[in-house]
Amino acid sequence: MSNSAIERAAAATPPKLARRVRGLSDRAIAWIFVAPTIFLLLAVNIFPLIWTIRLSFTNYRVNRPNAEVEWVGLRNYQRILTDEDIWQTMQATAHFLIWTIVLQVLIGFALAWLINKKFRGDNFWTTIIVLPMMLSPAVVGNFWTFLYQPQIGLFNYVVSFFSGVDPSSFSMIGEVSLAPWAIVIVDTWMWTPFVMLICLAGLRSIPTSIYEAAECDRASPWRQFWTITVPMVLPFLMLAVLFRGIENFKMFDLVVQLTGGGPGSTTELTSINLKREAFEKWRTGYASAYAIILFVTVFGLASIYVKALNKVKER
Amino acid sequence: MKTRIALMSAAVGALFAGAQTASADDLTLCWAAWDPANALIELSKDFEAKSGHTMSFEFVPWPNFADRMLNELNSGGQLCDLMIGDSQWIGGSAESGHYIKLNDFFEAEGITMDDFIPATVAGYSEWPKGTPNYWALPAFGDVVGWTYRKDWFEMPELQAEFSEKYGRELGVPETLAELKDIAEFFQGREIDGKTVYGAAIYTERGSEGITMGVTNALYNYGLTYGTADEPYKLDGVVNAPEVAEGLEFYKELYDCCTPPGSSDWYMSENIDAYKSGQVALQMNFAFIWPGVEADPNVGGGKSGYFPNPAGPGGHYAQLGGQGISVVSYSDSQDAALEYIKWFAQPEIQAKWWELGGYSALKAVVEDPDFATSQPYAQTFLDSMAIVKDFWAEPSYASLLLAMQDRVHDFVIAGNGTAQEALDGLVEDWTEVFEDDGKI
Repeated sequence: MSNSAIERAAAATPPKLARRVRGLSDRAIAWIFVAPTIFLLLAVNIFPLIWTIRLSFTNYRVNRPNAEVEWVGLRNYQRILTDEDIWQTMQATAHFLIWTIVLQVLIGFALAWLINKKFRGDNFWTTIIVLPMMLSPAVVGNFWTFLYQPQIGLFNYVVSFFSGVDPSSFSMIGEVSLAPWAIVIVDTWMWTPFVMLICLAGLRSIPTSIYEAAECDRASPWRQFWTITVPMVLPFLMLAVLFRGIENFKMFDLVVQLTGGGPGSTTELTSINLKREAFEKWRTGYASAYAIILFVTVFGLASIYVKALNKVKER
Repeated sequence: MKTRIALMSAAVGALFAGAQTASADDLTLCWAAWDPANALIELSKDFEAKSGHTMSFEFVPWPNFADRMLNELNSGGQLCDLMIGDSQWIGGSAESGHYIKLNDFFEAEGITMDDFIPATVAGYSEWPKGTPNYWALPAFGDVVGWTYRKDWFEMPELQAEFSEKYGRELGVPETLAELKDIAEFFQGREIDGKTVYGAAIYTERGSEGITMGVTNALYNYGLTYGTADEPYKLDGVVNAPEVAEGLEFYKELYDCCTPPGSSDWYMSENIDAYKSGQVALQMNFAFIWPGVEADPNVGGGKSGYFPNPAGPGGHYAQLGGQGISVVSYSDSQDAALEYIKWFAQPEIQAKWWELGGYSALKAVVEDPDFATSQPYAQTFLDSMAIVKDFWAEPSYASLLLAMQDRVHDFVIAGNGTAQEALDGLVEDWTEVFEDDGKI
């Protein structure tokens, strides 16, 4: 059957083309197939990267097409690395990144562990739990600004109900001490289900025979958890941390909707700061250098992390 | 033979159709998405009927307006034939060649800038400032002013309490200090069984909000952008001690007298707070006044209007508003110029005012009936007489964002002192002007 299909395809090939293709090696044909993808990658990824690196050494501004572009060497890099405001945004990003990951991993794993216990209606609860991550970040951001509203917001009401403080006496997104936690709470609410699903996949991949063997050896549930569950779920957890880490390093939409980077610059994460430099102040050269620094940071950290992940998998 | 005739008819038909296409263009006008834009759609129907051109509109909400439209201009996009761009864009758009210069056109069509309110010509049309080089026709005069709950001010018990406390009548404030007293008086007060607050002021951080608000205090405490002799002199001018006092005043007003959670409010949030009966006073651009008058809760005589009150260093108000320009990348520049010519006519400008658009034409605003034509008309005139605008330099965006950050950091986040905020601002602005080669 397949032979006849090949024969039919060969017969259908115009003789001129057939003569030309007959002389090509397998390697050449492979290149023909791969070339469009490589070309697209070069055009869409590699060329812009090289162009960005080039721009990062200039004072180019995209809104001044008529202005002379000067080569400024490493000045943009030097300015960025010595700018206190940029270090402040880095700190804000680190705070956001660390706390969202810690909370999402803890809560996500706990939820996955509970769901894995198989109880009546577990599928229903799984669906309910994953709902937040199906929403658009813009919608979530908007929605939570209402929840955080001091006068009518449900969040303030709940806090007030349990603590007795006046709901309008604090503003989650308007106070310097609370705003960084406000964005952590929303991101955790939205993305914990993602971590839970990955952990659930890990938990369900553990063969029950291992637990049965452990029970035969009279291992306590606590010992089973630490010597079987945790090590076997760890690669999955690390993968979840990698995904969430990369995602949250470039977090933009949710935080812009919630706080716009304020109050002051308290929640201005690096991606928000970069966007303002590039597309509001139009400092294209400066923003290119900024983007390269962030790229190198993420790429470096992710590479180290992936190596660690591979080591954990090999164990 | 039949075929030949058919072909010839088709050719003639195509030529005719081509000629028609050349004379009737589809023009796209770009502006912000707000009430006046709807009025302009209505007004433009007359242009469509008279010219045969069709009009399309691209309106973008205010928080994204500058981002979206400046992106369009910077990329040489052909989306917009006509742009009603913000006043601060004029320098950059003129120098980058986004707008076409209108001097020759104005001269040929007999349009003179002497016919428009001087502040709007300087604010919306000229670049460089103070020179007769025009890049836009003043399209929409606007200025920051105040709206207040007249019905609350007229409550006898409140009047008595206020008089007793402050030793003067509860009325329109003459000075910023009086304004703060009134806001403080209303803060947290119970009116009609509801807790109300003093004032809704601009605090937004992302675009231009807090700058458009705080300048109303800073100008009146003595802020100038450079000096007459040294237009880029910043140190000792922008961060002068009296300007720092103005910044402290704005922070005090925010701390004492605004609704909880108003840390990122701009035009629409202030409108909502006012219309829902949360606040006694509202800072906002004049464009909202027709909407306030028409509102069932706060309109119909329940609201009053007054210009930004004076401060110890002068009496000014932040200029808003825009001019209309022809985008140089447009393929329909002739039709776009035709629109401007039509728009500049006194009868069209009069209709513009009737529909809710703030005309900047003297013939309209100096008409004897103008001041009484709407409850807010006199306030608009008074306010337009005291306007001052933010930088309109090509680097205005960098200057604006630096101010947004510094001011928000002090007023809302409470970091540092007013003097430190202004010193930091001088550093930022100096860096921008050094990069531009201006200093």
